[in-house]
Amino acid sequence: MKNRLKVLRAERDWTQAQLATELEVSRQTVNAIEKGKFDPSLPLAFKAARLFEMAIEDIFQDEVAS
Amino acid sequence: MNDLKTGSNDWAASSASNIVRLGCWTAAWVATTALAAFGPKLMWNFDTLLTILAVLINLGVGFGMIVANKRCLKGMDEMHQKIFLDAAVLSLGVGLVCGISYELLEDIRLIPFQPAIPHLIILMGLTFLAGIIAGHRKYQ
Repeated sequence: MKNRLKVLRAERDWTQAQLATELEVSRQTVNAIEKGKFDPSLPLAFKAARLFEMAIEDIFQDEVAS
Repeated sequence: MNDLKTGSNDWAASSASNIVRLGCWTAAWVATTALAAFGPKLMWNFDTLLTILAVLINLGVGFGMIVANKRCLKGMDEMHQKIFLDAAVLSLGVGLVCGISYELLEDIRLIPFQPAIPHLIILMGLTFLAGIIAGHRKYQ
């Protein structure tokens, strides 16, 4: 699964640690998600969507579909 | 730039406190295990009542440690939960398969000594540790 988390975070000038605090996960988890090594659960993806005030599919895309 | 609404880090603080609590329970369990193992011989000369008491305390603290471990796992974020559970599955599988084979070795006279549970516990501990390290490297 691809995601735009790193770009969105950079646009807002947030650090991984700040994003991790908001999502209530560790910085390592944010890093792994940004690198595409770990796919977040649906609740965590929704939380990220709420935080960035975007639709979930605008942040996370299925690699097979795209 | 959007400002973040909160600067609170309650989740990280709670997670850290769960780890400290688990450490305390584990230390207490090790201490009560030592007491139950060495107390009868070195401290109260195999007094039955005190020995039973030491074993019960050891069991009680052991269950406390299990609850603290579960709470610690629930307090982790989802990636760390996955790393922990993957390592636990590996450790359990290796423990079961190797434990049964190890136990068989004496029955079929491939080793001359009685298989000891501590060897299995050491193997499971090392496998769990290796699983945790491998999991962290995987998601690095």
